[in-house]
Amino acid sequence: MEKTLDLKFTYTEKKDTRSGFGDGLLEAGRQNPNVVGLCADLIGSLKMGAFQKEFPERFFQVGIAEANMIGLAAGMTIGGKIPFTGTFANFSTGRVYDQIRQSVAYSGKNVKICASHAGLTLGEDGATHQILEDVGMMKMLPHMTVINPCDYNQTKAATLALVNHEGPAYLRFGRPSWPIFTPKDQEFVIGKAWKMIEGTDVTIFATGHLVWEAVVAEAMLREEGISAEVINIHTIKPLDEEAILASVAKTGCAVSAEEHQINGGLGDSIAQTLIRNNPAPLEYVGVMDSFGESGTPTQLLEKYGLNAENIVKAAKKAIARKMSY
Amino acid sequence: MENKSIEQLNDICSQVRRDCLRMVHGVQSGHPGAALGLTEYFVALFFKEMTHNNQFQMDGKGEDLFFLSNGHVSALWYAVLARSGYFGVEELGTFRKINTRLQGHPATEEGLPGIRIASGSLGQGLSVALGAAQVKKLNGDDKLVYAVMGDGEQQEGQVWEAAMYAAHYKIDNVIAAIDYNGQQIDGPTEKVMDLKNLKAKWEAFGWEVIDIKKGNDMEAVLAGLAQAKGLTGKGKPVLILLYTEMGYGVDFMVGTHKWHGIAPSDAELANALGQLKETLGDY
Repeated sequence: MEKTLDLKFTYTEKKDTRSGFGDGLLEAGRQNPNVVGLCADLIGSLKMGAFQKEFPERFFQVGIAEANMIGLAAGMTIGGKIPFTGTFANFSTGRVYDQIRQSVAYSGKNVKICASHAGLTLGEDGATHQILEDVGMMKMLPHMTVINPCDYNQTKAATLALVNHEGPAYLRFGRPSWPIFTPKDQEFVIGKAWKMIEGTDVTIFATGHLVWEAVVAEAMLREEGISAEVINIHTIKPLDEEAILASVAKTGCAVSAEEHQINGGLGDSIAQTLIRNNPAPLEYVGVMDSFGESGTPTQLLEKYGLNAENIVKAAKKAIARKMSY
Repeated sequence: MENKSIEQLNDICSQVRRDCLRMVHGVQSGHPGAALGLTEYFVALFFKEMTHNNQFQMDGKGEDLFFLSNGHVSALWYAVLARSGYFGVEELGTFRKINTRLQGHPATEEGLPGIRIASGSLGQGLSVALGAAQVKKLNGDDKLVYAVMGDGEQQEGQVWEAAMYAAHYKIDNVIAAIDYNGQQIDGPTEKVMDLKNLKAKWEAFGWEVIDIKKGNDMEAVLAGLAQAKGLTGKGKPVLILLYTEMGYGVDFMVGTHKWHGIAPSDAELANALGQLKETLGDY
């Protein structure tokens, strides 16, 4: 269906965002001798194999022991290393929340927590592994930067940007093959939202895989004569409040779209920004306080209301609420 | 490495114990028991064994590093750091009070010199020490990394993740010590959660394990540390089972978990200070 639409961004290739991380890490290792990698028995899944092969002395297989991995990474910053830890998002956050809180965030350590297989699009493995709360946990931690890029190219650029970013950071990406629709070798500025499509009736703030769904939704809305602005919020914390407020000042209403619980995710951060500065209707596209389940990524995004059609519905609802103000 | 006599070191211990008790009394909160029990070990490290720089550098390149995993022993660490010149001893009076750098549990947030990582939530310190030790090797830095844990802390699973890792990677530039006082908050460790044969467990995890049977005897501590140092660089991580008595040095505090986390009253403080010589001047 999306092929018949007049999309403002298109793709010729699909790839998983985790490969963007793996390729970014390899390049980061070549650029900076202080970059080290740690992985908890998921080297293949995290695409860290190329880094391991080229820099064996700077790579640490830690086994299935995520708590230890976080502590090790914190220790490795003492002496000047820049550790990138890799495991699934579930084991990168909930399993090790206290370790991240005390040894990384509170201690202000320059650790990059890199988390794959986030969200529903993990697919068939089901709810045990489909974490939908990780952004909330990470953004609550003082000092923590939270980044959720949208495709292979942006994930690679984000990985490289983190090398030169001093401080704790959480980098969230995923498993499925996904359209590559942002430029190769793009500049990635942490904390700076990217206005991808200009519009006037409603703003769609999307993050991660759902940025693509937002791009598709914009074309669908345009066919119905609705002008949507699409803003790529790759950095959830620190949030680019200036960009959010400027856009909503123009459009008057907004939709947030994320592969995460609506409680504690990007939508809540935007709501907080709006309510403190310029209250405006905001509709959430996200998981409504439930766990996921097994299925294909496409099936799951549809069933849990996270695809382009749902963004379209939310946009219309936001516009209707604006009209009734 | 400082050239101090046993007598000088014991004098420092007496003063440090006074500092700890006065700090905890001054705010009516803190953990005197394990602080008094670990005094000889800390003083041996900071005033004799370790190469360290009181002009604090976070990276600690070319220095021995120290990590405290059981962060509730903070009063002792602060007293030893202050007496080593990391910051003025008068600051000890701010312990646990609002706007202090001497937080209830050690922290880096306020920039207190000497602290490299926050600790207090148990089980995390050994992992951090091992990461720092591996980086020393990567950096071609031949200095050692010391870590201290509690015995009750051995009940945390992360400790054993770290234990397994250290032997796998042959991290032989680390000396970890367990404060083996047999006590934890809710009572004797063997009643709360029996540790059984800790030595056999650590040996089975691939560590070189030595005992310091008299952890409150400076001579025995120094001899044990010399033995431990001699075992470094041989392909295995080194663990010291440090037998101490909680509350050592004060007759009514010794050997009981009762003083794990409570402060002495005015009368109890006076009684305790009467048992400990003021050797370097109270803060």
